[in-house]
Amino acid sequence: MAIRVRNITKSFGTFAALTDVSVDIPTGSLTALLGPSGGGKSTLLRIIAGLEQPDGGMVEIAGEDSTSLPPQSRNVGFVFQHYAAFKHLSVRRNIAFGLEIRKRPKAEIRTRVDELLQLVHLEQFADRLPAQLSGGQRQRMALARALAVEPAVMLLDEPFGALDAQVRRELRDWLRRLHDEVHVTTVFVTHDQEEAMDVADEIVVINGGRIEQVGTPDELYDRPANDFVMSFLGPVTRLGDRAVRPHDLEVLTFPEAGCVAATVVRVVRLGFEVRVDALAEGREVWVQLTRAQAEHLRLAPGDDVWLRPAREAASAGVGEAV
Amino acid sequence: MPRFAASRTATRTGRSSRLALRVVALGYLALLLVLPVWLVAWRTFAGGVAPVWHSLTSPSTIHAFKVTGIVALCTVVANTVFGVGTALLLVRHEFPGKRALNALIDLPLAVSPVVVGLALILIYGRFEPVGGWLADHGVQMIFALPGMVMATVFISLPLVVREVVPVLTEIGTDQEQAAWTLGAGRIQTFRRITLPAIRWALAYGVVLTLARALGEYGAVAVVSGRLVGKTQTVTLLVEQRFQNFDQSGAYAASFALAAIAVVTLVVINLLRPKESEI
Amino acid sequence: MAASNALLDPPDAATTDRRPAPVRRRRGVGLGVGLATTYLSLVVLIPLAAVAWRAGHGGAGGFWKAVTAPEAAAALRLTVVSGLIVALLNLVFGTLIAWVLVRDDFHGKRIVDVLIDLPFALPTIVAGLVLLALYGPSSPLGVHLAYARAGVVLALLFVTLPFVVRTVQPVLLELDQEMEEAAASLGAGKLTTFRRVVLPNLLPAMAAGTALAFARAISEFGSTVLISGNLPFKTQVASVHIFNQIEADNTTGAAAVSTVLLVVSLAVLLSLDVLQRWAAKRA
Repeated sequence: MAIRVRNITKSFGTFAALTDVSVDIPTGSLTALLGPSGGGKSTLLRIIAGLEQPDGGMVEIAGEDSTSLPPQSRNVGFVFQHYAAFKHLSVRRNIAFGLEIRKRPKAEIRTRVDELLQLVHLEQFADRLPAQLSGGQRQRMALARALAVEPAVMLLDEPFGALDAQVRRELRDWLRRLHDEVHVTTVFVTHDQEEAMDVADEIVVINGGRIEQVGTPDELYDRPANDFVMSFLGPVTRLGDRAVRPHDLEVLTFPEAGCVAATVVRVVRLGFEVRVDALAEGREVWVQLTRAQAEHLRLAPGDDVWLRPAREAASAGVGEAV
Repeated sequence: MPRFAASRTATRTGRSSRLALRVVALGYLALLLVLPVWLVAWRTFAGGVAPVWHSLTSPSTIHAFKVTGIVALCTVVANTVFGVGTALLLVRHEFPGKRALNALIDLPLAVSPVVVGLALILIYGRFEPVGGWLADHGVQMIFALPGMVMATVFISLPLVVREVVPVLTEIGTDQEQAAWTLGAGRIQTFRRITLPAIRWALAYGVVLTLARALGEYGAVAVVSGRLVGKTQTVTLLVEQRFQNFDQSGAYAASFALAAIAVVTLVVINLLRPKESEI
Repeated sequence: MAASNALLDPPDAATTDRRPAPVRRRRGVGLGVGLATTYLSLVVLIPLAAVAWRAGHGGAGGFWKAVTAPEAAAALRLTVVSGLIVALLNLVFGTLIAWVLVRDDFHGKRIVDVLIDLPFALPTIVAGLVLLALYGPSSPLGVHLAYARAGVVLALLFVTLPFVVRTVQPVLLELDQEMEEAAASLGAGKLTTFRRVVLPNLLPAMAAGTALAFARAISEFGSTVLISGNLPFKTQVASVHIFNQIEADNTTGAAAVSTVLLVVSLAVLLSLDVLQRWAAKRA
């Protein structure tokens, strides 16, 4: 187990950022800390890194109790949302920083930095200053810098948060492939559930300073532990008193057992998908259909339909809460 | 941030009113600033370069420069250390009384130089409690260099702090934290990351302090006792020569100081745009 | 005093989740604060307190006598009045110069801009000498302002020149000219636009610069010494009066007048601070 966190509590003044949080991060995994802004995930990451001190609890990294160790001694690599590039140093010197601190021989540093420059595809930028790089390039440099000292774990705090959508997606894929190649235990913080589901082996959902659920993306999506996880991880609509995923709703043009009657209000085509807004028992519900399904049904506003959740529909409360 | 906005006003303000404003402004500056300085430069060299050189290399002048240099150097060192340390304290930490400390640092700006001198005499004079104790232990403050250093330190106290604080605030803690996670200790981080980040602002503050220290007159006039050949700075030398009707001597020393001031000006202005470069 | 290790401790700074840092006093920070406070106390606070203390040496009566003595009172009056005149002149000319530097363009503008800082860089005694050369007895212009109050005002104008200019300049630079364009499109003439659109935005900076100029003017010593001729009741400013009292070993009298000067300066700067904070809240 690369990281073990036990009963971590942290408050800022009267604000309780984390309350009795415990989690295990397996060695070699790529884990996402997912949750809304202000939920405590960045705080937890920084506590693991030693950049914040918890009020109570224990942090163990690579089998060693690191709770009272300063960040220098924890052998963690940290990547910041806004890169934290050393502005006065070239890309090469940035990456070499950790090695220079450890007083490695110059030749060794040079070789290692060249290796990393190749790994992150920044070879031709080696002697440029960070200001001359794009955001995505700076973040790749930051990753190389953190990897240079071969840390036990890599911690990334919303690493793609400051980048625009296209670059974000590219770097997301790139991070996944990097991890496949390098196999360092990696934990990253994000509020973007799509990012978490795309990249991570395992997701830890944190909200309001507590862990809601831990599991693989599939587990969280199909068997959420509670309403919060269900609505955070994917789209949710309510039918009756049940929360159900819009694409898990069956639309029938004739009544059947277990169905709820509804009236179509609006049909919108959104590219590949079709969204149908309906009113069921006075409440709004929406259904997500594929184009094929929609064409088959030929719905129009005002039509009467009957809705029911599909048999394998995800439901809150089925999964294991923490 | 460029100091001069692009001239979009060309179409807006009428040419005549723009010209009028320009003439008034430049006229004011000419009468107040340019002409007097130019006249002194002219008068200084009225008799050629030789007498000026002679005056500037006389033993009393050289000694005055030495005194000024020592005082200025000590002041710069003391206030740089204080300035950087206090800036770090104010920006990176919270503690009770922080606002008071912040306000007190600006206090010297409100004090007349003569009052500074008086204040120091009242504490460190030979017949005062603290001064007496120091004198008994061989340290003379008033009518001696230590007191002059202290007076100059007082006058220029806020300069480095005020230049470094905004830059420290702006760069934030991210880079320093990144350095910690990479294994750098606190001193290492300061030396390799923080200091390079504030170097231009620091340089600017140091130059301001140096200029202030070189040009100080009022406070050192009171504290030094104006002992010729012992505690006389170049500024005191200028005044003494003038009072002794040695106008050309006064002009020569003034010219030297003015030349230094102009060099300082140029350096300051070269450093200023770089503040935004970080 | 070396920058102690403690100052470089990882602070309890808030994360990107914008929360206030907790007030946790660590031993190291305490040491740093202690050192800074000691430095400040030794150099600034204790000596200034000594002035206030000595001012009260002769009791309230002695203080009043020292301050209202004819020479002292005249000096103080001259100082404050000159200060006000100079502040007002700077308000007008400083703003004007800042305007020209920002909005106008001409050959050598850069040099002019650099020159504005000359009074900051030039020793005050040299400033006095320089003004005396042009406006004193041997003036080539035939203007004799030495040994007259106008000479004092002139000297003060010189040393306070940069204050208003340098506080107004950055504000003018940041000013969005589109506001003025909008006013023009709505029919406002140049003067009206300046009065209603530009001036309100400049006022805080103008006020700040003027206050600083005033505080500097009443404290000024070196530049007035030569050109004023130091004539009591006529051209002797407060700081020169204080200097004379020190030389005459009347430290109590000197301290009394000093205290008055200090109080006035501090009052000006304090009200400036209050005003700025009030303005910031309204913005």
